[in-house]
Amino acid sequence: MNRETAINTVLVAGLAAVPLIASAFDDPFIVTLATRIVIFALAGVGLNLALGYGGLVSFGHAAFFGLGGYAAGILASHALNYEPLATWPFEISGTTQMLVIWPIAMVVSAFAALVIGALSLRTSGVYFIMITLAFAQMIFFFAISWPAYGGEDGLSIYVRNQFPGMNTLDPTSFFLLACAILALALLFSSRLSASRFGLALKGARQNDQRLASVGIGPFRVRLTAFVISGMITGLAGALFADLNRFVSPSMLSWQTSGEIMVFVILGGVGRLFGPVAGAALFIILEHSVGPISEHWQFLLGILLLAVVLFARGGVIGVLAGGARHG
Amino acid sequence: MAEPVLAIEGLSKRFGAVIACDDVNLDLREGEIHALIGPNGAGKSTLIKQIAGEIASDAGTVHFAGVDISALDAVARARAGLARTFQVSSLAPEFSALQNVMLAVQSGAGGTFRFLGRALSDPALTEPAMAALSRAGLAERARMTASDLSHGERRQLEIAIALAMRPKAFLLDEPMAGMGPEGSKTLTGFLDGLREEAPILLVEHDMDAVFALADRVSVLVYGKVIATGGIDEIRADPQVREAYLGEEGP
Repeated sequence: MNRETAINTVLVAGLAAVPLIASAFDDPFIVTLATRIVIFALAGVGLNLALGYGGLVSFGHAAFFGLGGYAAGILASHALNYEPLATWPFEISGTTQMLVIWPIAMVVSAFAALVIGALSLRTSGVYFIMITLAFAQMIFFFAISWPAYGGEDGLSIYVRNQFPGMNTLDPTSFFLLACAILALALLFSSRLSASRFGLALKGARQNDQRLASVGIGPFRVRLTAFVISGMITGLAGALFADLNRFVSPSMLSWQTSGEIMVFVILGGVGRLFGPVAGAALFIILEHSVGPISEHWQFLLGILLLAVVLFARGGVIGVLAGGARHG
Repeated sequence: MAEPVLAIEGLSKRFGAVIACDDVNLDLREGEIHALIGPNGAGKSTLIKQIAGEIASDAGTVHFAGVDISALDAVARARAGLARTFQVSSLAPEFSALQNVMLAVQSGAGGTFRFLGRALSDPALTEPAMAALSRAGLAERARMTASDLSHGERRQLEIAIALAMRPKAFLLDEPMAGMGPEGSKTLTGFLDGLREEAPILLVEHDMDAVFALADRVSVLVYGKVIATGGIDEIRADPQVREAYLGEEGP
């Protein structure tokens, strides 16, 4: 077992211990906090696919996070209010079933990523960053100005959506559900990283001229990665909506895009467990230093600066040592 | 006579006031090495880029293996069997030598949109890639990161990648550049045998290599082909002597 695997194991063990710690301290809020970490980590796993493996610095992943959240919120609000989503050509009603909501959230995010990616991936570097940001801002302002689903005030989900055979309102159950999804996403991410697609995607990051000259089109590879990335972040958004039982335009804001990016960079760009470590560090910092000083983000800034200047491999890179592998 | 593998007709390219490529006609026949020589700035690399589809031509056509590929992009031309190496090594620097070659194997084998199977240990990719590395004399460096390879080894890796594509024609843009006398000699011997596998359009400054290898030579000056023919013809051509070899008139 190399050191990175050891660190990853510690992270998994830490998450597994959360319900025990919470019951030992008799503080269910710890579970909610850990669920936030897990969901943010999931959003980061999505971004890491594009940013880490593909080198696509998307500053617009809040778009997918928010669209996933709104998909969950809108479907649930229609179901809870007994208002059909559409009445023509046939009646479509909302739903409170997570197993239906998740695929819809992912499809919506995938479609958005396809459109945004198809346009923005024609550029690179700082232009790509700005175009992804611009698209996310467009969706953000649309959400604010659309009164049907709460506009600026957001949209409440009165009862958390349901999962078969589970009381999702129980914090520990919902936490374990989120953990299971994160585990699946991490498994998928690690498989993808080692697959033929992963090889082509990393090749495109390093040298797209080389990739094209052997006959693999970098654009299609990147677009596919961008869509998968958006889908995973969208799924995280759907879970986040259910965690808070509330969706608001802030999920779509550029600060959210920045935070998702911070999770990835803090933890270690292109590292499988980087987003988990990054999200954990972010939330722990927010809740340990946050109550002491409202300027906790100052500390975060220093940390981020240190990582970018001295430890490109992020926290995982510092602890595991050595360069990342291909 | 059999149809040439690669036939270029009337190819032109202009960058503002500079004519980089002026009505170039050129062909590459089965089993030959066709050397393209010319002074610096003659437009050799531009011509290679036009043939490879990396820059669009203003006029002219490129036929390859009996098909008009003028409208295809670089990716499609590579897939059609046109393998090129770069004048300045262009590799995936973080990948091992083996992974660099595996990309080329994967392009032919397909499966770029397979997300789950393990590629890095897949013999369908590693074995042909190792074979290409061995042929290029790099088998011992297979696990080394491309950026850690020496300059000469990177040149060899470029060749290995081209080999792994199993192309119908090679476009080699100064493969000997910076190789040193020993490396150039080895590579010359290797290319000599390679022409049987697929014809080679060879851009090269190393005249010893050109004279040792070329079946035919074309001379490019200011974007224009001023002469095409066998080595002796080219050596004797007064226009070439004046323009390229820098010789004063008799």
